[in-house]
Amino acid sequence: MASNFSRMLWSKRSVGLLSLAGAGSLTAAVLLHRDRVSAGAPVRRSYPASAEYPDLRKHNNCMASHLTPAVYAKLCDKATPNGYTLDQAIQTGVDNPGHPFIKTVGMVAGDEETYEVFADLLDPIIKERHNGYDCRTMTHPTDLDSSKLHSGLFDERYVLSSRVRTGRSIRGLSLPPACTRAERREVERVVVDALAGLSADLAGKYYSLTQMTDKEQQQLIDDHFLFDKPVSPLLTCAGMARDWPDARGIWHNNEKTFLVWINEEDHTRVISMEKGGNMKRVFERFCRGLKEVERMIQEKGWEFMWSERLGYILTCPSNLGTGLRAGVHVNLPRLSKDPRFSKILDNLRLQKRGTGGVDTAAVGSTFDISNLDRLGLSEVQLVQTVVDGVNYLIECEKKLERGQDIKVPPSTKAN
Amino acid sequence: MPFGNTHNNFKLNFKVEEEYPDLTKHNNHMAKVLTKEMYGKLRDKQTPSGFTVDDVIQTGVDNPGHPFIMTVGCVAGDEESYEVFKDLFDPIIKDRHGGYKPTDKHATDLNFENLKGGDDLDPNYVLSSRVRTGRSIKGYTLPPHNSRGERRAIEKLSVEALTSLDGEFKGTYYPLKSMTDAEQDQLINDHFLFDKPVSPLLTCAGMARDWPDGRGIWHNDDKSFLVWVNEEDHLRVISMQKAGNMREVFRRFCVGLKRIEEIFQKHNHGFMWNEHLGYVLTCPSNLGTGLRGGVHVKLPKLSTHPKFDEILKRLRLQKRGTGGVDTASVGGVFDISNADRLGSSEVAQVQLVVDGVKLMVEMEKKLEKGESVDKMIPAQK
Repeated sequence: MASNFSRMLWSKRSVGLLSLAGAGSLTAAVLLHRDRVSAGAPVRRSYPASAEYPDLRKHNNCMASHLTPAVYAKLCDKATPNGYTLDQAIQTGVDNPGHPFIKTVGMVAGDEETYEVFADLLDPIIKERHNGYDCRTMTHPTDLDSSKLHSGLFDERYVLSSRVRTGRSIRGLSLPPACTRAERREVERVVVDALAGLSADLAGKYYSLTQMTDKEQQQLIDDHFLFDKPVSPLLTCAGMARDWPDARGIWHNNEKTFLVWINEEDHTRVISMEKGGNMKRVFERFCRGLKEVERMIQEKGWEFMWSERLGYILTCPSNLGTGLRAGVHVNLPRLSKDPRFSKILDNLRLQKRGTGGVDTAAVGSTFDISNLDRLGLSEVQLVQTVVDGVNYLIECEKKLERGQDIKVPPSTKAN
Repeated sequence: MPFGNTHNNFKLNFKVEEEYPDLTKHNNHMAKVLTKEMYGKLRDKQTPSGFTVDDVIQTGVDNPGHPFIMTVGCVAGDEESYEVFKDLFDPIIKDRHGGYKPTDKHATDLNFENLKGGDDLDPNYVLSSRVRTGRSIKGYTLPPHNSRGERRAIEKLSVEALTSLDGEFKGTYYPLKSMTDAEQDQLINDHFLFDKPVSPLLTCAGMARDWPDGRGIWHNDDKSFLVWVNEEDHLRVISMQKAGNMREVFRRFCVGLKRIEEIFQKHNHGFMWNEHLGYVLTCPSNLGTGLRGGVHVKLPKLSTHPKFDEILKRLRLQKRGTGGVDTASVGGVFDISNADRLGSSEVAQVQLVVDGVKLMVEMEKKLEKGESVDKMIPAQK
């Protein structure tokens, strides 16, 4: 255990140990309450804020919508205790103006304190992105009790595969846009150490990107597990691909149903998946695996980044809260051609993607259907939404098969 | 990506071994030179503007290189980088620039009259002639490090300087972010427009940040003198024209550069230059003259001669395809230019191009007649 880290994180860890359950503890929130986070040393500037303010006139992302010259002037000479600045946080949004139809977030967090020090910018972005969630007044429910899930066994004539993913960050270490090589390597050590303690159906193996053999690499590609160096400018402009492939790797269990990515866009991405429609089992394994990993890192004095107001803290503000995307690959040949398809998905709080993931097109009539929301609703609630929603979609498909008409369900969006 | 200067002290909390990059699979100048000991010695230093050794080497860490092409693998963030990180840059400069020592002095000679000949390269073979260099403006940090405010200040000063030129240098500035479609098409057709860098060698060094803010192209009305603002360097200056009058291209290059420099000096922002490194630019490979003088020349027979590469080497020239660096030649037409940058003057380097190309065209003509060129193969210059 690196002693540098022990000394630095002592105060944070002692607070963290008071909140072992990870949910609903006020004491964990204390250290990170906005008033108590002191910003780092002010940034040395040669030019006034007005000379530095980015030209966002052709931009269409959440950051550009909320970064007025006044907000910029207020925040531009602040830094987090580790030295992460506003200019760094918004760089990806300045470099990627966005698209008229797809609104990207346009900024990232370099560490946990980013969400506090730059709250004047991030709070309204979070509100816009997460359906009106006001993190100054609301609290986020975390619920990883998979026994609460009703049904969750899909008709396998339609559902080809089921998957739940989330991310987790290790408290006390900077996030991918800002981490140093030493911090990134420490994330790898901490997580790999914890994963090595998993057993039974969760027992598995770690494949470091720097050391995997050609044979291992080919197997991981064939299993569709291998992640590659990010090429999306949304990620590279935020500095997340620095030092690739140092301290990056993939862990998976022997059964190939539980997978962890280390140091890609987040410290960890955790994925539970299997062929077929048993979402209940996928979610059960997801919750169990996450809890086991959490327990293992806590034994060594570490914990996940989490707060009452933001839930699990991740690099991109769009993944706050649960960070959870639960989805299926489902075949809907008739429904997908119905003009009401998009509206139905919308009202069910679901989104469609192609089977290659985000920004891909559907192949044939097989779609990736998953939850839209991340923050303000618990894991159990979101997976239930997917279960209920996908069951509804399958019912619609069956009705259309029988020549019956379908109904657009009422909107479940809270106002 | 360069970090704010407040991040630098934070990294010192970690041990050298924990921060030292893994360079075992790397093949670039930086990786050859940066030992753990050197990294340990340099990592608590920063230039006055806050550039650190990690900022210098990031591009080389992210781009391991190629077994056959040796990239530099590091950049300067400001003029002081070359001093503060001397221990790293000096051996790289020595390796890249033919043994150039830390005590060597570089001669600058922009008196075009010192060039002998160069006005009579055969236009049946030499299709076009071009000289380019870069200039950095003293008092500002370089493209890997500068902020939006600085980049805009550089642009403003450069535009002021350029638009005050007259006579053969009278011209117009086209800012990248506000050019019209018609202007853009014209610049593309003239082969003037530069695009956002896509090479990871540049993007990993942070040079494409905030694109296209503060970037633009200026050219004279004759379209023979062109300046890029805030691409890989503060300024890239290009003089060019069709056919083989390299002398005239070089004259315009020298005169134009001097005029521009005078205007910058009046604003107390002359060019970055010193006795040892000559003109200071972002990439160590461009130190000295930063000059690449070259021609597009038809050498279909000579280029297939078994001694072609050896001839180029002896003439201190290099070949590229007509698309520029990393392109292949088309139809036997090559881009031939000087290989050296540091340790010899502008006049000397252009002289090598003029003399070398003249000789190679003679050799091509001989080969056309079916005669041997063995007796014409030059000694090492």
